[in-house]
This record gives sequence, C-alpha cells and structure tokens, in this order.
Amino acid sequence: MGSLMTDLIRSRNKMNGKQWAPATLSFSSSPEGFNIVRLAGDWQIENRSPSVEKVEESLLVGGRTGRIVFDTSELKTWDSSLLIFLVRLRRLCSERGIDLGFEGLPQGVKRLMKLAAAVPEREGARKKQGKEALLDIIGAKTIVFWHSTVEMVDFLGEAFVAFGRLLRGRASFRRSDFVLLLHECGGQALPIVSLISVLVGLILAFVGAIQLKMFGAQIFVADVVGIGMVRIMGAIMTGIIMAGRTGAAFAAQIGTMQVNEEIDALKTLGISPMEFLVLPRMAALIVMMPLLCLYADLMGILGGLVVGMGMLDLSMTEYLNRTREAVTITYLWIGLFHSAVFGMLVAMAGCLRGMQCGRSASAVGEATTSAVVTSIVAIVVATAVITFACQVLGI
Amino acid sequence: MTGEPLIIVKNLDMGYGDFVLMRDLSFTVNRGDIFIIMGASGCGKSTLLKILIGLKQPLHGEVLYGDTNFWETDPLEREQMMHRFGILYQYGALWSSMTLEENIALPLQRYTKLEEAKIKEIVSLKLSLVGLSGFEDYYPAEISGGMKKRAALARAIALDPNVLFFDEPSAGLDPISARLLDDLILELRDSLGTTIVIVTHELASIFAVGNNSVFLDVDLKTMTASGDPKRLLAESREDTVRRFLTRGEEGIGEEKR
Repeated sequence: MGSLMTDLIRSRNKMNGKQWAPATLSFSSSPEGFNIVRLAGDWQIENRSPSVEKVEESLLVGGRTGRIVFDTSELKTWDSSLLIFLVRLRRLCSERGIDLGFEGLPQGVKRLMKLAAAVPEREGARKKQGKEALLDIIGAKTIVFWHSTVEMVDFLGEAFVAFGRLLRGRASFRRSDFVLLLHECGGQALPIVSLISVLVGLILAFVGAIQLKMFGAQIFVADVVGIGMVRIMGAIMTGIIMAGRTGAAFAAQIGTMQVNEEIDALKTLGISPMEFLVLPRMAALIVMMPLLCLYADLMGILGGLVVGMGMLDLSMTEYLNRTREAVTITYLWIGLFHSAVFGMLVAMAGCLRGMQCGRSASAVGEATTSAVVTSIVAIVVATAVITFACQVLGI
Repeated sequence: MTGEPLIIVKNLDMGYGDFVLMRDLSFTVNRGDIFIIMGASGCGKSTLLKILIGLKQPLHGEVLYGDTNFWETDPLEREQMMHRFGILYQYGALWSSMTLEENIALPLQRYTKLEEAKIKEIVSLKLSLVGLSGFEDYYPAEISGGMKKRAALARAIALDPNVLFFDEPSAGLDPISARLLDDLILELRDSLGTTIVIVTHELASIFAVGNNSVFLDVDLKTMTASGDPKRLLAESREDTVRRFLTRGEEGIGEEKR
C-alpha cells in the first residue's frame, strides 16, 4: 500500500515534469543553547514531508527546552505543507511552554504564519463534537419527534380553518392559480394514469384468469377486475401516482418559495400562505382525484376486457354485462370516497413538507422525498382504516 | 428633517432558542429617517430586521410603533400594522410564478378596492418609478439581478407604505446600479416622506443615504454606537466602530504602530 502511494506520487511528479528533492529535517544546538531546526529540500504537499512528532521525539523528549529557531538555507521550495507543520509545532511548543522563533524562516512563511494567528479562534464557534450519551440522543430525538407532531397538528388545524373559510366563500387565492392547478393535477396526469390503470387491469385479469380457467369460470374474471378496480385499486393507483407526481411537485414548489423568501414576502403582506398556496392545491386535488379515480376504474376495466376477449374468448357484451352485474353503486362510492381522502392526504403531505422546508437547496430535495414518503404511508394507513370501517359497518 | 419618534426599540434581546445573538438593544427611529442597521457579517442584522417586520419574535424587550407594542398587541392588529410596511428582501423574493405586473398588483388587489384598470395604471407607474417601464409581462426569472431588486422595490412601494425596510439592498449589484438604488432611496424619502430602515454593511451606501444608525458589535453581543454615521465616523471613540467605518484601516494602522 505504502509503495503504491509513493509510486503514485512519483508518477504525478513526473507528470508535472518535476522531481522533488526529499523534504528533510535535522537538528543541532547553537552555542547560545538554542535548538536549531534545519529544513531542507522541497516541502510540497505532493512530496512526503516529516511530521512534527519527529521534532517532539528528538528535541522535547530529550528535555531540551531552549528556544527553537530555524535554519532554512537549504530549503528549496515550500507550500502549505510547511505551514501545517509550523502551525502544529507552534501548538506543541505553546503547550510545553517552549519559545519558538520564526526569524530564520522565509519572509512569505513568516507573513502567512502571522496572518493565520491574526484572528484567534472565536470562543464557542467550533461545533461541539464527540460522542453523545445514548440517553441524550434518545431525548433529543423524542423532543424532535414531539415538535414535528405539534407542527403537523398545527398545520392540520390551520388547513381545516382555511378550508372552512373556503366553504364560506371568504378565502382568498387567485382564481387563475386554481385553474392552473386543476389542469396540472387533472389533465396532465391522464396519460400516466391511463397507462398504469390499464396495466393493473391486465394484471388483475391475468392472475384471476389462470385460477378461474381451471374451474371453467372464466366469466368471473369480469368480477375480479371490476370489483377490484372500482372498490380499491383505482383509488390506490391514482393516489400513489399523484403522490409521486403532484405531491412531490407541491413540496418542491412551496419549498423553493421558502428558500427564496417568497413565503416571507407573503406573510409580511398579511397574505396567509395557508390560504394563498395550500388551500388551492388541496382543493384542486380533492376535486380532481375522484375524477381521475373514475377514469382509472374505466381504464382498468378496459385492461380486463382485453384479457377477457384475447385470452378467454369472451365476447365484449358478455364481459361488460357481467361487469355491470358485479359492480354495484356502493362499490363505486367507496372507491370515490377513498380517492377524495387520498387527494386530501397527498395535498396536505406535499404542502406540509414544503412549508417545513429549510433554507437550502438540499432542504428542498429532502422536503420532496419526505412528501412522497409521507403521502404513501398516509395512503396505506388510510386504506387500512377505511377498509376496516367498511367491514365493521358491513358495507 | 427628523420628526417625532416612529419606531422605538427598548431593551431588546434576540436569539434562537438558548442562543442569544444580541442583548439589550435600545434605539429610536424617527419619522423621515433613513436608519441604517450596520455591523459585521453574522452579527444579527437580518434577525433584527425580521423582528422589526414581524417575522420573528424577540426573546425579551419591546418594539413600539408609535404607541403600539408591536409584539404584545393581538396578532390581527399586528397584521394590520404590517400592511403599512414595504419590504425589500435581500434577493427580491418576487413570487416567481407570477409576472412583474401580477407581483405588484397582488397587494393592491388585496388591500384596496380599486378596479383592475386603475390597478394596472398604478402598477405601470410604480414600475416606471424604478426604471422598469414596459416590463409588466416579464417573469422574475427573465430579468437580471439588479432589475429583480428594482422590481421588488416597486412591489414594496405598491401600497405607499409608511416604513420601508431594505435587507442588504446593494448586495450583488454593480457599483453603478447600487448608486442608482441609493439615489432612488433618497428620492423616495424626500418625495413621499417615507421612513426607511436599511440593513447593510456597504460603507458607500451608509454614508450616502443614512442619517441615523445603530452599530451591532458581534463580539460584545450588543450595540456599541448609534446616531448619524457621518458623525460616528468623525467623533466615535469606539475602536470597533471606527474600524468598521474606515474599512479597517485605522484599526490595523494602530496595530502596526
């Protein structure tokens, strides 16, 4: 390993067209009792240079506590490596109370050393490092968790108050923003929703077909696809697509506004960001999600139909009639209810993470990631809760 | 030139959580002042500004606007007071999804009952005041940094505010644009009588426009001087203040001697 490093260094020196003379260090005593440190060769970062420990070993351990001076008559070139060496030496000497004289050093080195010492380290400026006790870590995490929970509840409360104002027609946001948002979360999502829903319909039909064919009950593929899509899969698939697409976009938009002080500019004008930014986004998603879900249901059924006609030799009327018998209006309502809830959750997660965003570029990235994760977790939890509630209510 | 006190700050402590940034600030901004908040980088100038404009609560102490205690009055009244402020943020903070016209029109649409045509007229007047006539339909991303700052100033003066706050107005501007902005600031004060509070460490601007100031010392964590910056330069005995106002020349000179 060591030889590899030296090889590398050597090849690099050759590349630069230079061959460094080795940097060396030697010691002697002057008649006045000073310790002379003689520096020689090329003190370059790319060249291997002696360490401070060498001085420590040969001078200080021997109990020679006289003033240290330098002789640089054989020093050829120097760069930061010499400065690093000197800084460490100075620290060592001040710890041991030894006098250090820079007189013999080149003019440039003296000036840089003076500059480096000109502004002493500010007290308390250095961040505290080192190991924290386990209990400290747990405590800090708990406090952070508590704060973020309070923040989330705060946000929910404010969102509902704003929503109330919207219902009473007293909320103020720009209508053009709302229309644009409707377009962004509705029309623009159609291609991806079509693709995913048709494929999910196809998959459901395939899985069902293989099993049902064994019993000669191919026709019930229509039940599997119809009920599956309408009752739950349509809503979940649109929910997840919108979480990745629109929720992330909300978080990034609002987060960037936070970074650019645009949110501050709204607040100081007395415009509530909740009403101006969050509310139209929430409203747009709650309106568009059920529509998208309905569209996804139809696309899923279309996917099932393709498998039914292509693989199971069912006729189109047969398949569609069976679907109409299987899918009741209740299932449709359940699916649409799911999707409205998902729309609200995705919008809230996106906006919440955007509003919590810090003031840097990486914070926007984190906000976006966290928005998607939060939305998907919320969607899954909400599905579980609603499904359980339906079970209890016997729907 | 100076009128009655408009903003009175008393024994203000500010900081984040347990960390105290500045202690015991007390100063008065008079009506018609161009008041400079100065100090080295990181001393808390911008934080002080945030407290004055209602974005951040102080740890202790009072901020009085006239007779009203800004941070102890109820939030609704504070919001009412904030409508009378115009704020120019460090990087403009124009709403990037709106054109310049929409940016400037938004406060007007919210707080006045003017019809659209009238608002349009005001918008183009404000844009022409800052030398941006004809840029109504541009988005903030389509104009240069200096233009953004001027457009943001147009938005800040949209509602003819009582007090204008500037956060580092000349940061990132070339010397000539910075000078033009200074002239604009003086013009606004002289013609509209607006009180202006500026956070800056640009010496040229400080001496060109300021007639009252406060100096925040980063090491002592408090204010060490206040008053007309030109008078401070001539009379102040404080070493850090002198060093700041002379670009460090006096301080270093003494060290050499």
